[in-house]
Amino acid sequence: MVPLIKIEKRNDVPMALYFFTPFIAIILTILGGGIIFYILGFNPIEALKFYFITPISNLYGLSELLLKATPLCLIAIGLSFCFKSNNWNIGAEGQLTFGAIVGGGVALLFYNQEGFYILPLVILAGAIGGMIFALIPAILKTYFNTNEILVSLMLVYVSKLLLDYLVVGPWSNPEGFNFPETRQFSDSSRMPLLFEGLRIHAGIFLALAAVMLSWFILYKTYLGFQIKVSGLSLKTAKYAGFKGKTMILVVFMISGACAGLAGVGEITGPIGQLHRMISPDYGFTAIIVAFLGRLNPFGIIFASLVVALTYLGAETAQIFLQIPKYTGQVFQGMILFFLLASDYLLFFKVKILNLKKNELRH
Amino acid sequence: MYKNFFRYLISAIFLLGFSVNSNADFKVGFVYVGPTGDHGWTFQHHEGRNAVEAAGIKTTFVESVPEGADAERVIRQLAQSGHDLIFTTSFGYMDPTNKVAKDFPNVKFEHATGYKREHSNVSTYSARFYEGRTLLGHIAGKMTKTNTIGYIASFPIPEVIRGINAMTLAAQKVNPNIKTKIVWVFTWYDPGKEAEAAQALIDQGADVIMQHTDSTAPVQTAEKAGVWSFGQASDMQRFAPKSILTSIIDDWAPYYVERAIAARDGTWNQQDTWHGLKEGMVAMGPYNSAMGADLVKEVEQLQKDLASGKVHSFTGPIYDQKGNILVAEGKVADDGMLAGMSVYVKGVEGDIPK
Repeated sequence: MVPLIKIEKRNDVPMALYFFTPFIAIILTILGGGIIFYILGFNPIEALKFYFITPISNLYGLSELLLKATPLCLIAIGLSFCFKSNNWNIGAEGQLTFGAIVGGGVALLFYNQEGFYILPLVILAGAIGGMIFALIPAILKTYFNTNEILVSLMLVYVSKLLLDYLVVGPWSNPEGFNFPETRQFSDSSRMPLLFEGLRIHAGIFLALAAVMLSWFILYKTYLGFQIKVSGLSLKTAKYAGFKGKTMILVVFMISGACAGLAGVGEITGPIGQLHRMISPDYGFTAIIVAFLGRLNPFGIIFASLVVALTYLGAETAQIFLQIPKYTGQVFQGMILFFLLASDYLLFFKVKILNLKKNELRH
Repeated sequence: MYKNFFRYLISAIFLLGFSVNSNADFKVGFVYVGPTGDHGWTFQHHEGRNAVEAAGIKTTFVESVPEGADAERVIRQLAQSGHDLIFTTSFGYMDPTNKVAKDFPNVKFEHATGYKREHSNVSTYSARFYEGRTLLGHIAGKMTKTNTIGYIASFPIPEVIRGINAMTLAAQKVNPNIKTKIVWVFTWYDPGKEAEAAQALIDQGADVIMQHTDSTAPVQTAEKAGVWSFGQASDMQRFAPKSILTSIIDDWAPYYVERAIAARDGTWNQQDTWHGLKEGMVAMGPYNSAMGADLVKEVEQLQKDLASGKVHSFTGPIYDQKGNILVAEGKVADDGMLAGMSVYVKGVEGDIPK
């Protein structure tokens, strides 16, 4: 058999195009979405309007967009450290959950107290919790050669079951009729709101600080240089004498701390207590965000807003047009699919061969 | 000073947004915790919505709304987009419902299965599912050969414990040797887990399975294993035609229609509703002919007596697992006791998870 299609690696990939493909992916997703809406029997223009414009057409909607994008951005920033250095941390959801557990635990200690020092303690505890939980796959990888994808993924279930156990059992609200939730946190454990009547809270500053800090670390420090070199070629990193093990531990700790902060931001922000549904899988969705943002800190801000909008749009489209809410997940899937597809076409040439007899002998 | 001014300005613009959005025609919104196709809890609420729609009232629903931070936004969006009455149909929406209700005093809110009514525009409602459990217990007690009833339970909240107890008491009445085995799955909807739990109970000798979860997995597992089962929340007969003896059906339709019309006509007021077989909020599916005509007749009579109040699911003497008396002979448990029920009755095996 002779292949009719030949795939060749391109040697001259323009970097400008590399940062442009996410936009192509988004445009293709919108077009694809329009086609799906049309097939489902909706006016595609109207549906897309309700999907992408109506949700953010007032201040409340904008605040909700930022509220939703904050944890996605935080987690994706952390993940970018791991992914850039070829460490595949898939368990941000678990690190988020464990961070929320540790942070929430501290908040519950102070449930009947007020004081300016409580919130910083809660936030710090959340970051440390996420960090410790991320260290497990990192240590297992560096010292026992385990696969971090599997370990970090399986730990997601460990942390979720631990949270289940705590909110059903020892931490459940004594006045809550056994319902699986803790007490409400005191006001001192809650993120201050930025505007009256809107839910957007101070957690957004944590995300912005993470963006700035990650930009500084990645592009201005020796550690950032190590991370990037390891990502491009592990062999080169070894020849250069970089301490690979320390770097793996550090990137996982950064990643875990960011996810832990996202978790603590959710429970001290809009939720105000611990229960079983603290995250609609932000930790997994953030993987899409990280890649859509090209693992670039500022790209990630943009990507987190786009992906957050797919959540809000799905709700609005269902409220106004009764379009099934699961289109939100379809949109997220399409973004990732089109991004990977356009990357593939960017890095590889597809040649269709005209078969001639003498070519068959190759 | 300037900071405050800025905040007020934002709030003012924000409130302006609301008033522009308000709409003249009457609309009812529904928030569901699961997909409309779960064939259980959400499916039945959706049927209720269909009835409201059939009564000529416009409705909107949002499905699969997580009980976390997203719930408040969805409820608020419904309130903001001109819905006059909003049903939030899962316990986890309790705090978000009350929070949004505070900001929309002209919108009416109805929260299912909760206990907080912090504002005058919030009502709560639930059904006396335990009356259905009493009928299930009677049937199970008669049908079991192994004297072991398997019960898949979700969370150790009073509503679930009440169901376990009501079923066990009724089964003991017709079969004193009955044992109730329980598996806690800590989820309302997880077909995989529910199927595993059903299989575990069957392996432990249970030949009648029932569940306080929403999927059809337990009845399908029972059908395969050739043991008896009961449908939960909706009529699940077609998923396990041989195995299902009957189903407890949550029929929200009459309540939803009544409340929607009341809200439209301006006669809506705050209530805490707890309806059962009498009002039809709890209904029973068709009885399986495998039960035999005599048992069917018995159960139908019991159903009538529960509806009329002649028989109460919790009639004394009732003892807890240690043998302490809970309800004295000749007395019935009052609603306060039922609402806070947190101990097993005698005959239930194991401990309530703490």
